[in-house]
Amino acid sequence: MDFLGLYNYWVFIVLMLSGFYLLLSARNLVKKVIGLNLFQTSVFVFYISTGKVKGGAVPIAAEGVDVYSNPLPHTLILTAIVVGVASTALGLSLILRIKDEYGSIEEDEVDMQDVLS
Amino acid sequence: MTIAYASVRTKNLFEAAMLFGIFSLVSASFFVVLDAVDVAMTEAAVGAGVSTILMLSTLAVTGHKVRPRPVQRNVLAIAVSVLLGAALVYGTLDMPRIGDPDAPVQTHPIARHFIEVSPVETQIPNMVTPLLASYRGYDTLGETAVVFTAGIGVLALIGRRRRRDGTPVEAGEGVDAMQDRHRVLRIVGKQLIPAILLYACYVQAHGDFGPGGGFQAGVIFASALMLFMLLVGIDEAEKVIKPKVLEKLIALGLLIYGCTGLLTVLKGGAFLDYKVLAHDPIHGLHYGILAVELGVGITVTAVITTIIFTFAGHMRGRQKLVAPATDGTVVTTDGGAL
Repeated sequence: MDFLGLYNYWVFIVLMLSGFYLLLSARNLVKKVIGLNLFQTSVFVFYISTGKVKGGAVPIAAEGVDVYSNPLPHTLILTAIVVGVASTALGLSLILRIKDEYGSIEEDEVDMQDVLS
Repeated sequence: MTIAYASVRTKNLFEAAMLFGIFSLVSASFFVVLDAVDVAMTEAAVGAGVSTILMLSTLAVTGHKVRPRPVQRNVLAIAVSVLLGAALVYGTLDMPRIGDPDAPVQTHPIARHFIEVSPVETQIPNMVTPLLASYRGYDTLGETAVVFTAGIGVLALIGRRRRRDGTPVEAGEGVDAMQDRHRVLRIVGKQLIPAILLYACYVQAHGDFGPGGGFQAGVIFASALMLFMLLVGIDEAEKVIKPKVLEKLIALGLLIYGCTGLLTVLKGGAFLDYKVLAHDPIHGLHYGILAVELGVGITVTAVITTIIFTFAGHMRGRQKLVAPATDGTVVTTDGGAL
Protein backbone atom coordinates (compact mmCIF):
# COMPACT_ATOMS: atom_id res chain seq x y z
CA MET A 1 0.00 0.00 0.00
CA ASP A 2 1.63 3.18 -1.06
CA PHE A 3 -0.29 6.13 0.24
CA LEU A 4 1.64 8.51 -1.97
CA GLY A 5 -0.54 7.59 -4.94
CA LEU A 6 -3.53 8.95 -3.13
CA TYR A 7 -2.24 12.45 -2.68
CA ASN A 8 -4.28 13.85 -5.56
CA TYR A 9 -7.47 12.92 -3.77
CA TRP A 10 -6.28 14.57 -0.60
CA VAL A 11 -5.32 17.76 -2.33
CA PHE A 12 -8.72 17.72 -3.94
CA ILE A 13 -10.46 17.10 -0.61
CA VAL A 14 -8.65 19.95 1.10
CA LEU A 15 -9.43 22.31 -1.76
CA MET A 16 -13.02 21.25 -1.93
CA LEU A 17 -13.52 21.63 1.77
CA SER A 18 -11.99 25.11 1.81
CA GLY A 19 -14.58 26.02 -0.77
CA PHE A 20 -17.28 24.28 1.23
CA TYR A 21 -16.24 26.01 4.43
CA LEU A 22 -16.29 29.36 2.70
CA LEU A 23 -19.74 28.59 1.37
CA LEU A 24 -21.02 27.77 4.83
CA SER A 25 -19.34 30.44 6.87
CA ALA A 26 -19.00 33.50 4.66
CA ARG A 27 -21.74 36.06 5.08
CA ASN A 28 -20.53 38.13 2.19
CA LEU A 29 -22.22 36.98 -0.97
CA VAL A 30 -19.25 37.58 -3.28
CA LYS A 31 -17.15 35.48 -0.95
CA LYS A 32 -19.74 32.74 -1.15
CA VAL A 33 -19.46 32.79 -4.93
CA ILE A 34 -15.68 32.54 -4.66
CA GLY A 35 -16.14 29.56 -2.34
CA LEU A 36 -18.48 27.94 -4.80
CA ASN A 37 -15.93 28.47 -7.57
CA LEU A 38 -13.19 26.96 -5.44
CA PHE A 39 -15.37 23.94 -4.81
CA GLN A 40 -16.09 23.68 -8.52
CA THR A 41 -12.48 23.93 -9.62
CA SER A 42 -11.45 21.27 -7.13
CA VAL A 43 -14.02 18.91 -8.62
CA PHE A 44 -12.50 19.64 -12.03
CA VAL A 45 -9.07 18.77 -10.65
CA PHE A 46 -10.46 15.54 -9.25
CA TYR A 47 -12.06 14.48 -12.53
CA ILE A 48 -9.02 15.28 -14.61
CA SER A 49 -6.73 13.44 -12.20
CA THR A 50 -8.81 10.27 -12.56
CA GLY A 51 -8.27 10.36 -16.31
CA LYS A 52 -4.49 10.38 -16.06
CA VAL A 53 -2.66 7.21 -16.99
CA LYS A 54 0.95 6.81 -15.95
CA GLY A 55 3.16 7.31 -19.00
CA GLY A 56 0.10 8.20 -21.04
CA ALA A 57 0.08 10.86 -23.71
CA VAL A 58 -2.30 13.69 -24.51
CA PRO A 59 -5.37 12.05 -26.09
CA ILE A 60 -4.61 13.09 -29.64
CA ALA A 61 -3.87 10.10 -31.84
CA ALA A 62 -0.34 10.09 -33.15
CA GLU A 63 2.06 7.64 -34.69
CA GLY A 64 4.01 5.52 -32.29
CA VAL A 65 2.03 6.34 -29.18
CA ASP A 66 0.23 3.48 -27.47
CA VAL A 67 -0.89 4.79 -24.12
CA TYR A 68 -3.26 7.75 -23.93
CA SER A 69 -4.89 9.41 -21.00
CA ASN A 70 -8.63 8.97 -20.80
CA PRO A 71 -10.41 11.61 -22.92
CA LEU A 72 -13.80 11.16 -21.28
CA PRO A 73 -13.17 13.23 -18.12
CA HIS A 74 -11.61 15.92 -20.30
CA THR A 75 -14.77 16.23 -22.33
CA LEU A 76 -16.97 16.38 -19.27
CA ILE A 77 -14.89 19.04 -17.59
CA LEU A 78 -14.41 21.11 -20.71
CA THR A 79 -18.11 21.81 -20.93
CA ALA A 80 -18.41 22.08 -17.17
CA ILE A 81 -15.91 24.95 -17.04
CA VAL A 82 -17.79 27.05 -19.54
CA VAL A 83 -21.13 26.28 -17.93
CA GLY A 84 -19.47 27.11 -14.62
CA VAL A 85 -18.40 30.57 -15.68
CA ALA A 86 -21.82 31.24 -17.14
CA SER A 87 -23.52 30.30 -13.89
CA THR A 88 -20.97 32.29 -11.89
CA ALA A 89 -21.89 35.29 -13.99
CA LEU A 90 -25.55 34.65 -13.25
CA GLY A 91 -24.77 34.47 -9.54
CA LEU A 92 -22.77 37.69 -9.64
CA SER A 93 -25.51 39.49 -11.51
CA LEU A 94 -27.97 38.36 -8.83
CA ILE A 95 -25.59 39.88 -6.29
CA LEU A 96 -25.57 43.13 -8.23
CA ARG A 97 -29.35 43.21 -8.17
CA ILE A 98 -29.35 42.50 -4.43
CA LYS A 99 -26.90 45.34 -3.96
CA ASP A 100 -29.23 47.60 -5.92
CA GLU A 101 -32.28 46.63 -3.91
CA TYR A 102 -30.83 46.33 -0.43
CA GLY A 103 -27.68 48.42 -0.61
CA SER A 104 -25.65 45.62 0.90
CA ILE A 105 -24.23 42.24 -0.03
CA GLU A 106 -23.89 40.96 3.51
CA GLU A 107 -26.27 38.10 4.08
CA ASP A 108 -27.39 39.05 7.58
CA GLU A 109 -28.01 42.70 6.68
CA VAL A 110 -30.21 41.61 3.79
CA ASP A 111 -32.06 39.21 6.08
CA MET A 112 -32.52 41.95 8.65
CA GLN A 113 -34.09 44.26 6.09
CA ASP A 114 -36.46 41.50 5.06
CA VAL A 115 -37.52 40.98 8.65
CA LEU A 116 -38.05 44.69 9.22
CA SER A 117 -40.09 45.31 6.12
CA MET B 1 -3.50 25.07 -1.88
CA THR B 2 -1.74 27.94 -0.20
CA ILE B 3 -3.43 30.30 -2.58
CA ALA B 4 -6.78 28.73 -1.87
CA TYR B 5 -6.16 29.05 1.85
CA ALA B 6 -5.23 32.68 1.46
CA SER B 7 -8.34 33.41 -0.54
CA VAL B 8 -10.43 31.81 2.19
CA ARG B 9 -8.82 33.90 4.92
CA THR B 10 -8.48 37.28 3.35
CA LYS B 11 -10.98 39.91 4.36
CA ASN B 12 -10.32 41.95 1.29
CA LEU B 13 -12.53 40.73 -1.53
CA PHE B 14 -10.31 42.31 -4.14
CA GLU B 15 -7.40 40.20 -2.97
CA ALA B 16 -9.62 37.14 -2.90
CA ALA B 17 -10.67 37.65 -6.49
CA MET B 18 -7.09 38.11 -7.68
CA LEU B 19 -5.96 35.09 -5.71
CA PHE B 20 -8.72 33.07 -7.25
CA GLY B 21 -7.50 34.09 -10.70
CA ILE B 22 -4.02 32.89 -9.83
CA PHE B 23 -5.48 29.68 -8.45
CA SER B 24 -7.22 29.09 -11.78
CA LEU B 25 -4.03 29.67 -13.70
CA VAL B 26 -2.20 27.21 -11.45
CA SER B 27 -4.88 24.60 -11.92
CA ALA B 28 -4.70 25.17 -15.68
CA SER B 29 -1.00 24.27 -15.63
CA PHE B 30 -1.93 21.32 -13.47
CA PHE B 31 -4.30 20.16 -16.22
CA VAL B 32 -1.49 20.34 -18.76
CA VAL B 33 0.61 18.10 -16.55
CA LEU B 34 -2.30 15.66 -16.40
CA ASP B 35 -2.53 15.55 -20.23
CA ALA B 36 -5.77 17.51 -20.44
CA VAL B 37 -4.69 20.21 -22.88
CA ASP B 38 -8.19 21.10 -24.08
CA VAL B 39 -9.32 21.61 -20.53
CA ALA B 40 -6.24 23.63 -19.62
CA MET B 41 -6.83 26.00 -22.51
CA THR B 42 -10.39 26.62 -21.42
CA GLU B 43 -9.53 26.99 -17.77
CA ALA B 44 -6.75 29.47 -18.49
CA ALA B 45 -9.01 31.70 -20.56
CA VAL B 46 -12.06 31.33 -18.34
CA GLY B 47 -10.64 31.10 -14.85
CA ALA B 48 -7.76 33.49 -15.09
CA GLY B 49 -9.40 35.87 -17.52
CA VAL B 50 -13.14 36.05 -17.73
CA SER B 51 -14.26 35.13 -14.24
CA THR B 52 -11.63 37.35 -12.61
CA ILE B 53 -12.85 40.31 -14.63
CA LEU B 54 -16.44 39.47 -13.73
CA MET B 55 -15.59 39.34 -10.04
CA LEU B 56 -13.66 42.58 -10.26
CA SER B 57 -16.48 44.38 -11.99
CA THR B 58 -18.90 43.12 -9.37
CA LEU B 59 -16.54 44.37 -6.68
CA ALA B 60 -16.27 47.74 -8.34
CA VAL B 61 -19.97 48.12 -7.63
CA THR B 62 -20.29 46.41 -4.29
CA GLY B 63 -17.08 47.56 -2.65
CA HIS B 64 -14.30 45.25 -1.70
CA LYS B 65 -14.30 45.17 2.08
CA VAL B 66 -15.91 42.40 4.06
CA ARG B 67 -17.54 43.89 7.12
CA PRO B 68 -15.64 42.54 10.12
CA ARG B 69 -17.85 40.58 12.49
CA PRO B 70 -17.40 38.37 15.52
CA VAL B 71 -16.63 34.74 14.82
CA GLN B 72 -19.52 32.56 15.91
CA ARG B 73 -21.11 30.24 13.39
CA ASN B 74 -17.70 29.33 12.01
CA VAL B 75 -17.20 26.59 14.58
CA LEU B 76 -20.09 24.61 13.19
CA ALA B 77 -18.89 25.16 9.64
CA ILE B 78 -15.40 23.97 10.53
CA ALA B 79 -16.79 20.91 12.29
CA VAL B 80 -18.93 19.95 9.30
CA SER B 81 -16.06 20.51 6.88
CA VAL B 82 -13.60 18.49 8.92
CA LEU B 83 -16.04 15.61 9.41
CA LEU B 84 -16.83 15.51 5.74
CA GLY B 85 -13.12 15.66 4.97
CA ALA B 86 -12.37 12.76 7.31
CA ALA B 87 -15.11 10.69 5.68
CA LEU B 88 -13.78 11.48 2.23
CA VAL B 89 -10.18 10.67 3.16
CA TYR B 90 -11.39 7.37 4.55
CA GLY B 91 -13.17 6.78 1.27
CA THR B 92 -10.04 7.43 -0.79
CA LEU B 93 -8.24 4.49 0.81
CA ASP B 94 -10.09 2.20 -1.58
CA MET B 95 -9.59 4.43 -4.59
CA PRO B 96 -7.14 3.49 -7.35
CA ARG B 97 -3.76 5.21 -7.24
CA ILE B 98 -3.18 8.16 -9.53
CA GLY B 99 -2.08 7.14 -13.03
CA ASP B 100 -2.95 3.51 -12.42
CA PRO B 101 -3.65 1.96 -15.85
CA ASP B 102 -5.82 -0.74 -14.25
CA ALA B 103 -8.20 1.67 -12.57
CA PRO B 104 -11.87 1.05 -13.40
CA VAL B 105 -12.00 4.39 -15.21
CA GLN B 106 -9.38 3.20 -17.68
CA THR B 107 -10.43 -0.41 -18.11
CA HIS B 108 -14.13 0.22 -18.61
CA PRO B 109 -15.08 -0.80 -22.18
CA ILE B 110 -16.38 2.65 -23.03
CA ALA B 111 -13.05 4.28 -22.20
CA ARG B 112 -11.23 1.71 -24.30
CA HIS B 113 -13.71 2.36 -27.10
CA PHE B 114 -13.09 6.10 -27.10
CA ILE B 115 -9.34 5.63 -27.16
CA GLU B 116 -8.96 2.71 -29.51
CA VAL B 117 -11.95 2.83 -31.83
CA SER B 118 -12.83 6.52 -32.09
CA PRO B 119 -9.72 7.73 -33.97
CA VAL B 120 -10.21 4.92 -36.50
CA GLU B 121 -13.96 5.23 -36.71
CA THR B 122 -14.07 9.00 -37.07
CA GLN B 123 -10.67 9.69 -38.63
CA ILE B 124 -10.22 12.53 -36.16
CA PRO B 125 -6.99 12.38 -34.16
CA ASN B 126 -8.13 14.52 -31.26
CA MET B 127 -10.27 12.15 -29.21
CA VAL B 128 -11.88 14.88 -27.17
CA THR B 129 -13.55 16.58 -30.13
CA PRO B 130 -15.65 13.70 -31.53
CA LEU B 131 -16.41 12.63 -28.00
CA LEU B 132 -17.77 16.08 -27.26
CA ALA B 133 -19.62 16.79 -30.46
CA SER B 134 -20.66 13.36 -31.66
CA TYR B 135 -20.72 10.62 -29.04
CA ARG B 136 -22.00 13.01 -26.41
CA GLY B 137 -23.75 15.36 -28.82
CA TYR B 138 -27.00 15.52 -26.86
CA ASP B 139 -25.16 16.39 -23.70
CA THR B 140 -23.21 19.16 -25.40
CA LEU B 141 -26.42 20.51 -26.90
CA GLY B 142 -27.81 20.67 -23.38
CA GLU B 143 -24.72 22.41 -22.05
CA THR B 144 -24.85 24.96 -24.83
CA ALA B 145 -28.47 25.57 -23.91
CA VAL B 146 -27.41 26.10 -20.29
CA VAL B 147 -24.82 28.67 -21.35
CA PHE B 148 -27.49 30.29 -23.51
CA THR B 149 -29.91 30.42 -20.60
CA ALA B 150 -27.30 31.91 -18.30
CA GLY B 151 -26.59 34.63 -20.84
CA ILE B 152 -30.29 35.43 -21.13
CA GLY B 153 -30.56 35.38 -17.34
CA VAL B 154 -27.79 37.93 -16.89
CA LEU B 155 -29.38 40.15 -19.51
CA ALA B 156 -32.74 39.87 -17.80
CA LEU B 157 -31.32 40.63 -14.37
CA ILE B 158 -29.06 43.57 -15.03
CA GLY B 159 -29.13 44.23 -18.76
CA ARG B 160 -32.61 45.46 -19.58
CA ARG B 161 -32.94 47.69 -16.56
CA ARG B 162 -30.07 49.82 -17.64
CA ARG B 163 -31.70 50.43 -20.99
CA ARG B 164 -35.03 51.35 -19.44
CA ASP B 165 -33.34 53.90 -17.20
CA GLY B 166 -31.85 55.37 -20.33
CA THR B 167 -29.31 57.32 -18.35
CA PRO B 168 -27.29 59.35 -20.81
CA VAL B 169 -23.83 57.99 -20.71
CA GLU B 170 -20.93 60.34 -20.41
CA ALA B 171 -17.53 59.01 -21.13
CA GLY B 172 -16.32 59.21 -17.55
CA GLU B 173 -13.28 61.37 -16.95
CA GLY B 174 -11.93 58.58 -14.84
CA VAL B 175 -11.79 56.30 -17.84
CA ASP B 176 -9.90 58.84 -19.86
CA ALA B 177 -7.52 59.39 -17.01
CA MET B 178 -6.97 55.69 -16.77
CA GLN B 179 -6.23 55.48 -20.46
CA ASP B 180 -3.78 58.31 -20.24
CA ARG B 181 -1.99 56.75 -17.36
CA HIS B 182 -1.73 53.35 -18.96
CA ARG B 183 -0.75 54.37 -22.45
CA VAL B 184 1.93 51.70 -22.73
CA LEU B 185 -0.46 48.98 -21.64
CA ARG B 186 -3.08 50.19 -24.04
CA ILE B 187 -0.80 50.26 -27.06
CA VAL B 188 0.84 46.94 -26.33
CA GLY B 189 -2.54 45.42 -25.54
CA LYS B 190 -3.94 46.54 -28.87
CA GLN B 191 -1.20 44.69 -30.68
CA LEU B 192 -2.24 41.51 -28.92
CA ILE B 193 -5.91 41.59 -29.85
CA PRO B 194 -5.60 40.50 -33.50
CA ALA B 195 -3.21 37.76 -32.50
CA ILE B 196 -5.65 36.43 -29.90
CA LEU B 197 -8.56 36.63 -32.36
CA LEU B 198 -6.58 34.80 -35.02
CA TYR B 199 -5.56 32.19 -32.50
CA ALA B 200 -9.18 31.72 -31.48
CA CYS B 201 -10.16 31.11 -35.12
CA TYR B 202 -7.36 28.61 -35.42
CA VAL B 203 -8.47 26.84 -32.26
CA GLN B 204 -12.02 26.79 -33.56
CA ALA B 205 -11.18 25.34 -36.95
CA HIS B 206 -8.38 23.05 -35.89
CA GLY B 207 -10.27 21.30 -33.11
CA ASP B 208 -10.31 18.04 -35.05
CA PHE B 209 -6.54 17.72 -35.16
CA GLY B 210 -5.11 19.57 -32.22
CA PRO B 211 -6.48 20.71 -28.91
CA GLY B 212 -9.37 23.02 -29.60
CA GLY B 213 -13.02 23.30 -30.45
CA GLY B 214 -16.02 25.49 -29.94
CA PHE B 215 -15.83 25.96 -26.18
CA GLN B 216 -12.13 26.79 -26.15
CA ALA B 217 -12.32 29.09 -29.16
CA GLY B 218 -15.40 30.77 -27.72
CA VAL B 219 -13.75 31.72 -24.46
CA ILE B 220 -10.52 32.82 -26.17
CA PHE B 221 -12.45 34.95 -28.64
CA ALA B 222 -14.47 36.44 -25.82
CA SER B 223 -11.33 37.19 -23.83
CA ALA B 224 -9.92 39.11 -26.80
CA LEU B 225 -13.11 41.15 -27.03
CA MET B 226 -12.94 41.66 -23.29
CA LEU B 227 -9.38 42.94 -23.59
CA PHE B 228 -10.57 45.34 -26.27
CA MET B 229 -13.36 46.52 -24.00
CA LEU B 230 -10.94 47.05 -21.13
CA LEU B 231 -8.58 49.03 -23.31
CA VAL B 232 -10.95 51.38 -25.09
CA GLY B 233 -13.76 51.50 -22.56
CA ILE B 234 -17.26 50.10 -22.77
CA ASP B 235 -18.73 52.94 -24.82
CA GLU B 236 -16.26 52.64 -27.64
CA ALA B 237 -16.44 48.86 -27.53
CA GLU B 238 -20.22 48.88 -27.83
CA LYS B 239 -19.92 51.01 -30.94
CA VAL B 240 -17.83 48.31 -32.60
CA ILE B 241 -19.53 45.26 -31.16
CA LYS B 242 -23.21 46.07 -31.03
CA PRO B 243 -25.01 44.48 -28.06
CA LYS B 244 -27.99 43.82 -30.32
CA VAL B 245 -25.86 41.81 -32.72
CA LEU B 246 -24.41 39.88 -29.78
CA GLU B 247 -27.87 39.06 -28.50
CA LYS B 248 -28.80 37.63 -31.89
CA LEU B 249 -25.56 35.68 -32.07
CA ILE B 250 -26.36 34.00 -28.76
CA ALA B 251 -29.47 32.52 -30.32
CA LEU B 252 -27.81 31.89 -33.68
CA GLY B 253 -25.21 29.55 -32.24
CA LEU B 254 -27.76 27.38 -30.50
CA LEU B 255 -29.88 27.45 -33.66
CA ILE B 256 -26.97 26.19 -35.76
CA TYR B 257 -26.53 23.33 -33.34
CA GLY B 258 -30.22 22.45 -33.24
CA CYS B 259 -30.67 22.81 -36.99
CA THR B 260 -27.76 20.49 -37.63
CA GLY B 261 -29.64 17.96 -35.56
CA LEU B 262 -32.89 18.59 -37.45
CA LEU B 263 -31.08 18.36 -40.77
CA THR B 264 -29.84 14.90 -39.89
CA VAL B 265 -33.40 13.91 -39.02
CA LEU B 266 -34.67 15.26 -42.33
CA LYS B 267 -31.99 13.32 -44.14
CA GLY B 268 -33.26 10.14 -42.58
CA GLY B 269 -30.87 9.67 -39.69
CA ALA B 270 -31.30 10.00 -35.97
CA PHE B 271 -31.07 13.42 -34.26
CA LEU B 272 -27.43 14.58 -34.46
CA ASP B 273 -26.43 11.49 -36.44
CA TYR B 274 -23.99 13.31 -38.69
CA LYS B 275 -23.18 10.36 -40.91
CA VAL B 276 -26.10 11.09 -43.21
CA LEU B 277 -24.93 14.63 -43.99
CA ALA B 278 -22.71 13.60 -46.89
CA HIS B 279 -22.35 10.60 -49.17
CA ASP B 280 -19.30 9.48 -47.31
CA PRO B 281 -20.27 8.90 -43.66
CA ILE B 282 -16.84 10.03 -42.47
CA HIS B 283 -17.20 13.32 -44.33
CA GLY B 284 -20.70 13.73 -43.00
CA LEU B 285 -19.36 13.25 -39.51
CA HIS B 286 -16.67 15.85 -40.07
CA TYR B 287 -19.14 18.39 -41.47
CA GLY B 288 -21.50 17.74 -38.60
CA ILE B 289 -18.83 18.18 -35.97
CA LEU B 290 -17.54 21.36 -37.60
CA ALA B 291 -21.06 22.81 -37.77
CA VAL B 292 -21.83 21.92 -34.18
CA GLU B 293 -18.52 23.26 -32.92
CA LEU B 294 -19.18 26.46 -34.83
CA GLY B 295 -22.56 26.75 -33.15
CA VAL B 296 -21.01 26.18 -29.74
CA GLY B 297 -18.24 28.68 -30.50
CA ILE B 298 -20.68 31.40 -31.55
CA THR B 299 -22.94 30.93 -28.56
CA VAL B 300 -20.10 30.81 -26.06
CA THR B 301 -18.40 33.89 -27.53
CA ALA B 302 -21.61 35.85 -27.66
CA VAL B 303 -22.79 34.85 -24.20
CA ILE B 304 -19.50 35.59 -22.46
CA THR B 305 -19.00 38.87 -24.31
CA THR B 306 -22.57 39.88 -23.54
CA ILE B 307 -22.10 39.03 -19.89
CA ILE B 308 -18.92 41.09 -19.68
CA PHE B 309 -20.46 44.03 -21.52
CA THR B 310 -23.56 43.86 -19.36
CA PHE B 311 -21.47 43.93 -16.22
CA ALA B 312 -19.44 46.82 -17.56
CA GLY B 313 -22.61 48.61 -18.57
CA HIS B 314 -24.09 48.09 -15.13
CA MET B 315 -20.95 49.49 -13.59
CA ARG B 316 -21.07 52.51 -15.89
CA GLY B 317 -24.71 53.00 -15.01
CA ARG B 318 -23.68 53.38 -11.39
CA GLN B 319 -21.01 55.94 -12.28
CA LYS B 320 -18.37 53.91 -10.59
CA LEU B 321 -14.97 53.49 -12.09
CA VAL B 322 -12.92 50.45 -12.67
CA ALA B 323 -10.15 50.16 -10.17
CA PRO B 324 -6.90 50.92 -11.98
CA ALA B 325 -5.67 47.53 -10.91
CA THR B 326 -8.03 45.94 -13.41
CA ASP B 327 -5.33 46.62 -15.95
CA GLY B 328 -3.08 44.25 -14.12
CA THR B 329 -5.54 41.53 -14.97
CA VAL B 330 -5.30 42.32 -18.64
CA VAL B 331 -1.80 40.96 -18.55
CA THR B 332 -3.02 37.82 -16.85
CA THR B 333 -5.64 37.42 -19.51
CA ASP B 334 -3.07 37.54 -22.25
CA GLY B 335 -0.92 35.05 -20.50
CA GLY B 336 -3.95 32.85 -20.12
CA ALA B 337 -5.22 33.13 -23.63
CA LEU B 338 -1.96 32.87 -25.48
